Amino acid sequence: MRNAFADEITALAERDSRIVLLSGDIGNRLFNDFKDRYPNRFYNTGVAEADMIGIAAGLAVGGLRPVVYTIASFAIYRAYEQIRVDLCYPNLPVVIVGVGAGLGYASNGPTHHSCEDVAVLRALPNMTVLAPADAWELRSLLGAALQLAGPSYMRIGKKGEPLVHESRPALQIGRATELRTGNDIAILCSGTLLPQALGVANEMESSGIKTAVYSMHTIKPLDEQLLDQLFRHVKLVVTIEEHSRIGGLGGAVAEWRADHFDANARLLRLGTPDQILHHSGEQEHALEMSGLTVERLTSAIRQAFTP
Amino acid sequence: MTASVDKLHLIARRIRKKVLELSHQAGTPHLGSSLSCVEMVVAAYWGGLKLDPEFAADLSRDRFILSKGHAATTLYAALAMKGVFPESWLEDYAKPGSPLAEHPSPGTPGIDVATGSLGHGLPVGIGLALASRIQGHDSRVCVLMSDGECNEGSVWEGALFAPAQKLNQLTVMIDYNKWQATGRSDEVTALAPLREKWSAFGWRAVEVDGHDVATLIQWLNAPPDPDGRPTVLVAHTVKGKGVSFMEDDNNWHYRIPSSAELARALAELQPL
Repeated sequence: MRNAFADEITALAERDSRIVLLSGDIGNRLFNDFKDRYPNRFYNTGVAEADMIGIAAGLAVGGLRPVVYTIASFAIYRAYEQIRVDLCYPNLPVVIVGVGAGLGYASNGPTHHSCEDVAVLRALPNMTVLAPADAWELRSLLGAALQLAGPSYMRIGKKGEPLVHESRPALQIGRATELRTGNDIAILCSGTLLPQALGVANEMESSGIKTAVYSMHTIKPLDEQLLDQLFRHVKLVVTIEEHSRIGGLGGAVAEWRADHFDANARLLRLGTPDQILHHSGEQEHALEMSGLTVERLTSAIRQAFTP
Repeated sequence: MTASVDKLHLIARRIRKKVLELSHQAGTPHLGSSLSCVEMVVAAYWGGLKLDPEFAADLSRDRFILSKGHAATTLYAALAMKGVFPESWLEDYAKPGSPLAEHPSPGTPGIDVATGSLGHGLPVGIGLALASRIQGHDSRVCVLMSDGECNEGSVWEGALFAPAQKLNQLTVMIDYNKWQATGRSDEVTALAPLREKWSAFGWRAVEVDGHDVATLIQWLNAPPDPDGRPTVLVAHTVKGKGVSFMEDDNNWHYRIPSSAELARALAELQPL
């Protein structure tokens, strides 16, 4: 996904001379093309995330459209107060792209994991929170995020994520994308676990349980229209995300459901457990440990589903 | 257009009067910090920078950031005198619904940046200076910080980055009044030698008398450093400057003047 980001931002910068790219000393050769084409619109702001957000705010006040790129955990946790004060308070159009969000940097250890980023950013006024499922969604959402009047955060994977879409989908921020229909279960998935969600739906279908799947690429603002419809018509709504069960997509949907007394369907939230993953391992291992494989997700959903 | 030094001193006294009145009337603290930076604000608005309200919508105008947002009343008094907003707004300062809060809020006329939490002004100022350079403007950016603010790590992140980009249209003024909220700023952290620290970070660092408004204006108008270094004015000041019984007494970081104290203070500021 990071290659798609580099490619897309380079293309967008061609069309909009206000775009300025800031990198927190990562992406060694990733942005060579961007740097060659727009040498005065790329800045490596160093290993100084707090400053990077402040600098982006200044660029936005000065009339430009900064895009900030670094590892998700550093961008969000290190610079949270700058995001709140410098971006959300004045409502400035800055796009933060967090690479390797969730467990994308699993093998680097918990310092590099970001399974609470959605929870903390979702709480901030004016912030839009995006989680594209694949490179195509990323491309669509990046252009849309740059049209927003205020700040946005896009959590993306790292590299080699499978494609869900065959071409660039026409996405709208705040409206989920329907990938398959079904009126027993609706799976809402944000981010790169979407292939697993589709795998789960296949498993359920083979048992005759009709399962819809949506890409909830926008977590904030929440697609309330869709929730209203789903909670009336299906028996079980499931959220799946590479993020803590506290405060992410699942948390957002649970909050919505608590405020809507006529929401009939049950809700099952699947995500990473409320713990630090201490031991070493690649992303696949971390997902297995977190119960986020097709097999374990299917099993959890079967337990929760009553026909 | 630079006014005469006498005129500038008069403006400074009038700002001090307003700052004292606002603190008394609204019961808000940070009087000592607001009084120590008056000349720096006067220098920025009356001679140093292109900040007049007619340039408000001009992206190539100069920028001033009060990074020490707790000195908001000094800024508000200056903006009102400049006609950026009506003087009558000051009457409602810090009252419910007023746009003039205890710390500057972006969206208020004349205020570009949210400050109040320390260590934000410099990085945002760097962004503004970069934006100006990218767009081919020649804007100057001036950031006014406090000495206590230099405790913040983000200040030093910015101090490292700005010289790397040769942002010589950026000037930082440090209100070095030797106090922070609860102690001597050189004791709470090893701040001294402050000029040498900035110099070692690659800045054109000069020590000035922070109450010498003519010198401050001279520096704000000085040609950019030919080697590309940004400028920092380590401005020696007195906390509570202008009121004898407040000067260098850190109780006035939080204390609110009584009616009698206000009258005594205003008497010292004559002629107004």
